[in-house]
Parts: sequence; structure tokens; C-alpha cells
Amino acid sequence: MESVFGLVGKDFAIVAADTSAVHSILVHKTNEDKIMILDSHKLMGASGETGDRAQFTEYIQKNVALYQFRNGIPLTTAAAANFTRGELATALRKNPYMVNIILAGYDKETGPSLYFIDYIASLHKLDKAAFGYGSYFALSMMDRHYRQDMTVEEAIELVDKCIIEIRSRLVVAPPNFLIKIVDKDGAREYAWRESIKDAPVSAA
Amino acid sequence: MDTVLNYTLITDTMMKIDFGGLDPSAPIKRNTDDWRDEILAAPSFALPTTADFDGFQKAAVQMVKPAKGTTTLAFIFKEGVMVAADSRASMGGYISSQSVKKIIEINPYMLGTMAGGAADCQFWHRNLGIKCRLHELANKRRISVAGASKLLANILYSYRGMGLSVGTMIAGWDEQGPGLYYVDSEGGRLKGTRFSVGSGSPYAYGVLDSGYRFDMSVEEAAELARRAIYHATFRDGASGGVASVYHVGPVGWKKLSGDDVGELHYKYYPVEPNVVEQEMAEVPIA
Repeated sequence: MESVFGLVGKDFAIVAADTSAVHSILVHKTNEDKIMILDSHKLMGASGETGDRAQFTEYIQKNVALYQFRNGIPLTTAAAANFTRGELATALRKNPYMVNIILAGYDKETGPSLYFIDYIASLHKLDKAAFGYGSYFALSMMDRHYRQDMTVEEAIELVDKCIIEIRSRLVVAPPNFLIKIVDKDGAREYAWRESIKDAPVSAA
Repeated sequence: MDTVLNYTLITDTMMKIDFGGLDPSAPIKRNTDDWRDEILAAPSFALPTTADFDGFQKAAVQMVKPAKGTTTLAFIFKEGVMVAADSRASMGGYISSQSVKKIIEINPYMLGTMAGGAADCQFWHRNLGIKCRLHELANKRRISVAGASKLLANILYSYRGMGLSVGTMIAGWDEQGPGLYYVDSEGGRLKGTRFSVGSGSPYAYGVLDSGYRFDMSVEEAAELARRAIYHATFRDGASGGVASVYHVGPVGWKKLSGDDVGELHYKYYPVEPNVVEQEMAEVPIA
């Protein structure tokens, strides 16, 4: 089942997530991107109900863009995290969004940072975070092997360790994972970890 | 698949509303000392005769919207999109129709499939058709499959939790080429190359996944789609009727076939004569 996790390294942050779209016993898709690139230097990994996830992350993305258009400066990662939390908190007593979020970003002043936001609108600034069934394995793995001064190579090695542990110990393990990274050069896709291939989405 | 017929089924189990009090000839009771009798005798709704009202209500909702007793599928391949579906409508164990059009023609370039509540699917696809035509008139170009599917997904998302039951695929051909999206009433919207929806979908996936190649011809793809539907109707009791197959290409959609799955059974599952392993014979009298 769903696994989203992330960590902060020396001068970068990484978010990894499974890529399965599941309905009861059926896997509809194994190449669904659950890590949205919020703006040039922010990543938003989300887990939860499919509809809420798509709608909420897009809503946040568009509002962050709107802020930038209106004010000429982008939101900092901390500001975006607090905004996201606020939106979840106001929705919580009306029609709650069932989404858990890992928000990672890079700011010139503060460097890389990672925020953990759950569907009941709690917000924590952390070095490492995880959601979903995969979190049980990823959290202990990261607790054991994480260091604050990790290089990209070391961090990717740790992420791969987590993925392998999830694949080998979780009954309903997703086959494919996507890793994204954000550093001073911006937010981007880093690598796919695929054990089965879906047909390419569009060929024509 | 469910139909409106379900509704009468439920109201029958509940008692009729007593409109007697509205009759002008009915004696008007006034100045009665025993006001309690009057309140108790006032015309009102009768409650279903059950101790477990929550359970009754739950069962009633289940009757109006049963599981997605359907098999529909669609996939993108070299020549466009192939869309296929069965045609059975059931209400619980009762088959209410064997000739339902589960592939809905939104416009000449776009098709929608139907799984879940029949009325919900029909209504919102017709509504989507209207919105697509209005987009065409306003912008002088046809709406993309991505755009159309998002219109539908946003509508369904806005009604989330209010009991809609829709599981649909939007397939079509736009400026980007072939397009295929899965949209459901939980607000999910997935872009993909191969989908199957409904209670028969696991069976259909089994056939579809093993036989799929991107570079199939239209004939091969149609045969694969038909076979997948047939095998799903064979194993899934809630699917059956005819297997309809549509193809969407650069010039729009075309219906390729509609075969009774009973007839297909003789084609795909020819009866073989039994090999007699041992003949029964009379024991000769010694």
C-alpha cells in the first residue's frame, strides 16, 4: 500500500513515493506520480484518498503560484508549509481532505528543509518523515542509518535501502517507486525504481 | 449496474403515506380534550417495520446502488483507442436488462463507459456532452480528452460523499492523439494506456494484460477486447449480454461489433466430444 517518505541531507532534500494507483484489490496503474513539483524549489509528496490528493495538491500549487504572481516573490518553504497546514485546518471542521503531505524545499537563506503535515493538520519540521504502510519500515531504517551531513549518494543509498525493505517485508508492497530531489538548482525528478514496467503513457 | 426500478422495490417495503387527512370531506377534529390521540392519529410517514433502522437504511442504499456489476475496458494501441463493454443490468441477483448501452457516445471523437449507477453515469455523461459542445462553440476547437475528463472529475469531486456511484473511462482522439482517462465518483482521475472497470474487471485484466501489444492492428485489438469481455462475462455473474466493441481513430469513433456472449461461447469454447475412458459392460455370466 501507499508509501511516501523523505529526508533532508547536507544541502538537499529528497522525497520518495510509491507510484501505484489502487482500488480495492486492483492495481489500476503503476506509474502514477504522487510527488508534485509545487514551484521551482519545492516538492510535495502526498498520500491519501486519490481524489483529495489530486485536488488538494493542485489547489496548493495554484495558490502558491498566485502568491508569486501577486507579490513578485515566491513563498519560502516554511511559509508554504504553514499555508498548506492552514488550508487543511480550515477544511478539517467542514469537509476534511484525507491527505498526508511531506513538503520539501530549498531556500537561499535557510537551505533545505522538510515539513510533515498530516490530514488532521499537524505540522512538524523534521529531518526525516514517512507516511503510509511503508512508513513502519522506512522510519526505523532512517532512524538507524540517517546522518545530518549525508551526501546525495549516501542519501539515495538509504532511500534504496528503505525501498528494498518495503518491497521485501510489506505484504501489499507497491512494485515501483519514484525519487525526487530539491537543492540549490531546483526541484526535479531524480530516478525511478521500477520492478515492473507499465506501457508508456502516450506514443502518438 | 442498477436501474430506477430499484426504487419501487424499496418503497414497497415501506408503508404508504396516508393522505387521508388532506381529504376535504374528512371530519375536522377540534375541541377534543384528548390531544394526545389527535397527535398520534395525525397523518404521518410509517416507518419500515424493523427494529434495526440503520441496518435497513444501509440495505436500502445497497439495493439502489449495488457493486459495479459490469465489465468495461479500454486501451490505447498503435491505431488509436479500443473500447469494449458488456450489456447486462442487474439489481442484486435479478437481471433487469441484457441490452444496455454501456458505451456512451459523447461526441463523434469521444466515448465514455458506464459502470456503477446507471442513472448517475447516463446523466453526467449527457451533462459532459453538453459542456464539451459548449466548449467547442466558445473556443472554435474540440475539447481535449484531458480537459473533458477533468470537467467530469471536478463535477464528481464536488458531489463526493453524497452517494454518486460512477466508474468511467473517457476515451477519445484529440490534437495530442489518442487519449484515455479513468474517472470515478471518489474524485479519482488517472491517465493511462489500459484500464478495465467493474466487477468483471479482474477477469478482463487477466486476458487483456497477457494479450496486449502496442503494435496491434485494429482487427487484433478488437479481437482482444472482445475476448476479454467474453471471458469476464463467463466468470462474472453480473456481466453478460452482448460484447460491444468500439474503435476511436483519427477520424472519430466507429462501432466494430456487438456479439452475444452466448454465441461467442461456441466460438471460443467449442464443445469437445468426451473421451470415454472405460465402457460400462454387463458382467458375463460365468
